[in-house]
Amino acid sequence: MKSFNGKILFLDRSDINTDEIIPARYLTEITKEALKPYLLEDLEMTGFAPERDVAPSGAVITRANFGCGSSREHAPWALEVNDINIVIGESFARIFKQNMFNCGMMAVELSRDVLDDLMTRFAGKETELVTDLEAGVFHFTAAGEALEVPFEISDFDRALVEAGGWVGYADQHY
Amino acid sequence: MGKTIAEKIFASHLVDNPSGDIQVIRLDAVFCHEITTPVAITDLEARGMDRVFDPARIKAVIDHVTPAKDSKTAMQGKILREWALRHGIIDFFDIGDNGVCHALFPEKGFVRPGYTIIMGDSHTCTHGAFGAFAAGVGTTDLEVGMLKGVCAFHAPQTMKVSITGELAAGVYAKDVILAVIGKLGVNGATNRVIEFGGPVVDAMSMEARMTLCNMAIEAGGTSGICAPDMTTVTYLWPFIQDEFDSPEAALEAYGAFTADSDAVYAEEIVFHVGDLVPMATFGYKPDQVKPIAEMVGEKVDQVYIGSCTNGRIEDLRVAAEVLKGRHIHKGVRGVLSPATPAVYKAALKEGLIEIFMDAGFCVTNPTCGACLGMSNGVLAEGEVCASTTNRNFNGRMGKGGMVHLMSPASAAATALTGAITNSHIYTGGE
Repeated sequence: MKSFNGKILFLDRSDINTDEIIPARYLTEITKEALKPYLLEDLEMTGFAPERDVAPSGAVITRANFGCGSSREHAPWALEVNDINIVIGESFARIFKQNMFNCGMMAVELSRDVLDDLMTRFAGKETELVTDLEAGVFHFTAAGEALEVPFEISDFDRALVEAGGWVGYADQHY
Repeated sequence: MGKTIAEKIFASHLVDNPSGDIQVIRLDAVFCHEITTPVAITDLEARGMDRVFDPARIKAVIDHVTPAKDSKTAMQGKILREWALRHGIIDFFDIGDNGVCHALFPEKGFVRPGYTIIMGDSHTCTHGAFGAFAAGVGTTDLEVGMLKGVCAFHAPQTMKVSITGELAAGVYAKDVILAVIGKLGVNGATNRVIEFGGPVVDAMSMEARMTLCNMAIEAGGTSGICAPDMTTVTYLWPFIQDEFDSPEAALEAYGAFTADSDAVYAEEIVFHVGDLVPMATFGYKPDQVKPIAEMVGEKVDQVYIGSCTNGRIEDLRVAAEVLKGRHIHKGVRGVLSPATPAVYKAALKEGLIEIFMDAGFCVTNPTCGACLGMSNGVLAEGEVCASTTNRNFNGRMGKGGMVHLMSPASAAATALTGAITNSHIYTGGE
């Protein structure tokens, strides 16, 4: 099973699309590793610089409809090869979310209120996430701040994470 | 309790219900192209599972970058080509008879009412125009589809969008879907199937219905879907005439994939289009839509007519009608990419290609190319393109470029003036 822990990259915007996560010009790559330098290259956000902010991160916290647009699994892959296996947001585009779990990664929904609270308390600070998958709890810690937030994922999504993705699961079952 | 079209299709294809509302369904067709399939192929090879569930149900095409533009795209084509050959995939379309997948596969008769289809391409929702459930998926879902012929989805929630009124002259399916997305928002149909109906859809050609369903994903929808009717049967008749005694018999059989009158919808929206005017997008999200009239005069560098949204013969006819006997504005680059070889040949025969070329357009071979900034019309930083495609994300047609989505008529009119223009000044109408 993958690691769902690490330093958090806060992307405080809704509708971050697949082309911002990994532009189409890199879809000619046929290995996942080749995508590594290009994650979030086209995302233009005040205070965000991919060359500075991506490398130290192990998790993303964002807003609504993350991953909208293209079906490209290159989006999860570009996150994965940068050791980011979890995205937490208010909602996700269907295909993106499915792709994440299909790769044994996680896209976890939290309410807007909880996200507001997280952004207020932690954004701009060095924040660590530790995920307790079994208990269904996120542990957020930063200097002078600590917070536990319960989360839920479906039994099927959990089975995919535990099976390391959909290919392994489907090969076992169908 | 009655069922929606998607619910009926799922019920007839259910393989497993592993937990909750997850439904694993049997697939009637798995479509493949050279951008998202090669990684699935190499992964299956690495796992020692280089097999396909049924070569006759897999259709493959090289369409995104063709002819190959560099060594990397050549390798993507090579992997797909060799895989198709190795597994006896007869319906594989390579250079010479390839075209944009969502225009090519319907044209070849690969889609039927009631079908379940996946492809590693978000605009797979296009095929719902035939009363099929057709969903874009990622490479892993595609990989399992190729291997096992199944895919997992949440039980479909259907949103019904009834389109009423009568379209004014100069207003097309593209204007309708842009306006619908403007109303729903880019997240408005997430995890839902959009069932398009109502008198305007009933009166639409299959081409127009495909334009409508093509952009369901831009509102987040899993699939667009239109009930099969005589228009569907007539389009499919050359492919199904051996299966049915008469078109009426086909229509009756396909009636199994129309919604019950007491079907339960997650949401129902009535969208009146009697006063709809030509629309265009203005930002970096497809729900940022306003009337062309409010954007008139905004300068463009390029006009692109093509894609799985609007690269079909009807679209070329509409654009040619505007361009006929005129020349595009000096300094504007006009690019026409007929979506398939059949569209290209029909356009040649009808004299449309001559009209485009006389007007100053460059005509490319059928390919997805510029739509996603890969080839054949990529924008430079700071450039603006009026485009009949489906996505206006920042950088979509090239880093730093801006795309305004619009109908073929509006795009053609815009090419003539070099700035966003309502086609009615050339053709009458709204």
